[in-house]
Amino acid sequence: MTSTPPLPAWGTGGGENEPLLTVEDLHVEFTTRQGVVKAVNGVSYALRAGETLAVLGESGSGKSVTAQAIMGILDTPPARIPKGRVRFRGTDLLRLSEDARSQFRGRRISMIFQDALSALNPVFTVGSQIGEMFQVHQGVSRRDAERRAVELMDRVRIPGARQRLHDYPHQFSGGMRQRIMIAMAIALDPEVLIADEPTTALDVTVQAQIMELLAEVQRESGMGLILITHDLGVVADVADKIVVMYGGRVVENAPVHDVYRSPAHPYTRGLLESVPRIDRKGRELYAIAGMPPNLLDMPPGCAFAPRCPYRQDNCVTDPVPLYRIGATRGSACHYWREVLDGGHG
Amino acid sequence: MGRYLIRRLLQAIPVLLGATLLIYAVVFALPGDPVASMFGEKRMDEDIVNIIREQYHLNDPFIVQYWHYISGVFQGNFGRTFAGVEVSEIIAGKFQVTLNLAFTALVMEAVIGVGLGLYAALRRGRAQDTLVLASTLVLISIPTLVTGFVLQLLLGVKLKQSTGIEIFPVAGVSDGLRSYLLPAFVLAGTSIAYLTRLTRTNLVETLRADYIRTAVAKGMPRRRVIGRHALRNALIPLVTYLGADLGTLMGGAVITETIFNLPGIGQELFRSVYERQQPVVVGIVTLLVLVYILANLIVDLLYAVLDPRIRYE
Ligand SMILES: Nc1ncnc2c1ncn2[C@@H]1O[C@H](COP(=O)(O)OP(=O)(O)OP(=O)(O)O)[C@@H](O)[C@H]1O
Ligand code: SF4
Ligand SMILES: [Mg+2]
Repeated sequence: MTSTPPLPAWGTGGGENEPLLTVEDLHVEFTTRQGVVKAVNGVSYALRAGETLAVLGESGSGKSVTAQAIMGILDTPPARIPKGRVRFRGTDLLRLSEDARSQFRGRRISMIFQDALSALNPVFTVGSQIGEMFQVHQGVSRRDAERRAVELMDRVRIPGARQRLHDYPHQFSGGMRQRIMIAMAIALDPEVLIADEPTTALDVTVQAQIMELLAEVQRESGMGLILITHDLGVVADVADKIVVMYGGRVVENAPVHDVYRSPAHPYTRGLLESVPRIDRKGRELYAIAGMPPNLLDMPPGCAFAPRCPYRQDNCVTDPVPLYRIGATRGSACHYWREVLDGGHG
Repeated sequence: MGRYLIRRLLQAIPVLLGATLLIYAVVFALPGDPVASMFGEKRMDEDIVNIIREQYHLNDPFIVQYWHYISGVFQGNFGRTFAGVEVSEIIAGKFQVTLNLAFTALVMEAVIGVGLGLYAALRRGRAQDTLVLASTLVLISIPTLVTGFVLQLLLGVKLKQSTGIEIFPVAGVSDGLRSYLLPAFVLAGTSIAYLTRLTRTNLVETLRADYIRTAVAKGMPRRRVIGRHALRNALIPLVTYLGADLGTLMGGAVITETIFNLPGIGQELFRSVYERQQPVVVGIVTLLVLVYILANLIVDLLYAVLDPRIRYE
C-alpha cells in the first residue's frame, strides 16, 4: 500500500506550460523464480518541453525499468504493470493497443542506451540503421534515407560522415557509436528523448563531449530530455529538475539548485556527500553504508531505514508518502525538516 | 580475401593427404588378396597374376603404392579397377545421384529446420514450442534405418495402395526430383531435428539482445524486428551448421541409398567394400573428403559475408 499522491508535486494543471510527459503512480513488477520483484513502486514524475529531468539513484533503484515502461519496451511477461499511467500530451500510453503505441516509439519518444556497441546491430551498416528510421516511418527511398542519414551524422559531428556511412558499428570508437545512437534517436525530431546512462561506458573526456552534444541537440530542438545517470557531477550542469529514486520509489524531486543547496532526503544527502568536490577537499568521502533494499520483500515503511542516519522508531512501520515540501518539491521522508536543516541525525 | 583463399586451399592439401593415406592404409590392410579374389574359384595363371600385380604396383611397399595413387588423383586420375574400368567413370554418374540426394536433403533441412525453429522460438514456453521440442527429440533418437523403412512403407507402399497414385516412389531415380523427396527426407531427418533446436535456441537468445530492444525502441514493426534484425544475426551459426552437415549427409547416403535402392556413391561404396574394389573405395572416400573440405571453405567465406566483424587477411 502507498499513500504517494498520484500527481507529482508540481501537478499537471493547465496553463501554457503543461507537461509533455507525466508518469503517474507507476508500478512495475517482474515474475521470477524467486518470487515477484517489485522493481517500480508508485513512481511519479513530469517533464515539460525543453526541460531536462535528471533521474538519479543507485543501481537497481528502478530508473531503467521506469524508462522502459514509458517506451513500452518491457518484455511482458516477465514484466507486468499492475497500476499507473504514462501520459503523453494527455494520452495514457499504457491504455493504447500495441499498434497505436508503436506510433509513438522513435517518432515522438525515443531512447538511447548505456552501451552503444551492444545497442547497435552488429551486422548492418550504421547508414542503414539510421536510414531505417526514414525508410520505415516515412516510406522514403533508400537513397533519400542515406542522404538524410549523412545529414544526421554531420549534425552529431561524426567526421567524414559520407565515407563512414557504410561502416559497421564495430569500426567506430565508443564515443562515435553513442553519437550514432543519438543520430538515430533524433532522426524524426521526437518531443521526448530518454537517455539511459548515455556516458557510463565512455572515457571521461568523451563523456563530457557526449553530454555537450545532448545539451546542444536539446537546445536546438526544444525537446524534453530525461537523463538517467549515477553521476551527480553531470547533473548540476545540464539538468533543470532532479528525481531521486530508491527501491523503486521517488524519494525526492526538486529543482536542481534546491537539491544541491539543501537536500530534503537522507539518501539524497548521502549521494551528494559521496561526490568528490574540490571545495570539500580534505573531508572524508561519504559512502552510503549498507545494502540496497530487497525488492522481493519491501517493508511497509521507509525502505531506506536500515541505512538511514536520521532513522526514528516509526520509520520502519509508517508508510512514507511523498510529502509536498514546497511549490515544486517533494520528499519521501518523515523527518525531511530535520534533513533540510542540515543536522546529521 | 584472395590471399586467405589461397592459404586455405594450401591448408587443405595436408588434410586431404592425411585422410586419403589413412583410408588407403585401412582398405589395403583388409585381409585377403584382391587379385586372388578376382579369380574366384578359378585356378590362377601365374603370369597374369604377376602382370596385374605389376600394373597395380602391388609388389611395391605400401607407401610407394600410395604415392602412385595420390599423384594420379591430383591429375584427375582415380585409377582403374582390377577389371580394368576407370574408377572415375564408375563414380561420375553415381556421384551426381548422391549430390542430388544430399542437396535435396540440405534444402529440406534448411527450410524445415529454420522454419520450425523460428515457429517454436516465437512461441517459446507455449504448447506449440513444447510439441516441437518433444518431436525433434523423438526424431533424433530414432535411427535412420528405422525412419527409412517406416516411411518407405507408409508414404511409399501404403499410400500408393490406398490412393492408387504413386506420390513418393520407393526405389530408383527414374522420376526425377520426385524420386528424391522421400529418401532425402529420411536422410535429413536427424539433421532437421538438430537444426530446428539450434535455430530455436539461437533465436531466443538473439531476441534478448540489446540491439533488438533498440529496434523496438526505434518503432520498427515486429515483422521487421524479427525478420531482419534478429534473423540476420541468428542465421550466422546456422550457416556453419548447414555447411558442415553437407559432409554428414553425403556420408549418411550409404544407408539411405541402400534402403531406397538409389544408384549413388553410397551404394557403390557399400558394394565396393564388399567386393574388395580397393581403388573404388579409396576413390569415393577421397571425393567425400574433398567435398567436406570444400563445404567448410565455403562456410568460412559465407561467414565473412554474413558477419562484418570477421575479416580474413
Ligand atoms: N527482466 C527482469 N526480470 C527480473 N527483474 C528485473 C528485470 N529487469 C529489471 N529487473 C529488476 O528491477 C530492478 C530495477 O532495475 P533497473 O534496471 O530499473 O535499475 P536501474 O536503476 O536502472 O539500475 P542501473 O543503475 O544498474 O541501471 C532491479 O533490481 C532488477 O533486478
Ligand atoms: S523516513 Fe525515516 S528512515 Fe526513511 S529516510 Fe526519513 S528518516 Fe530515514
Ligand atoms: Mg539502468
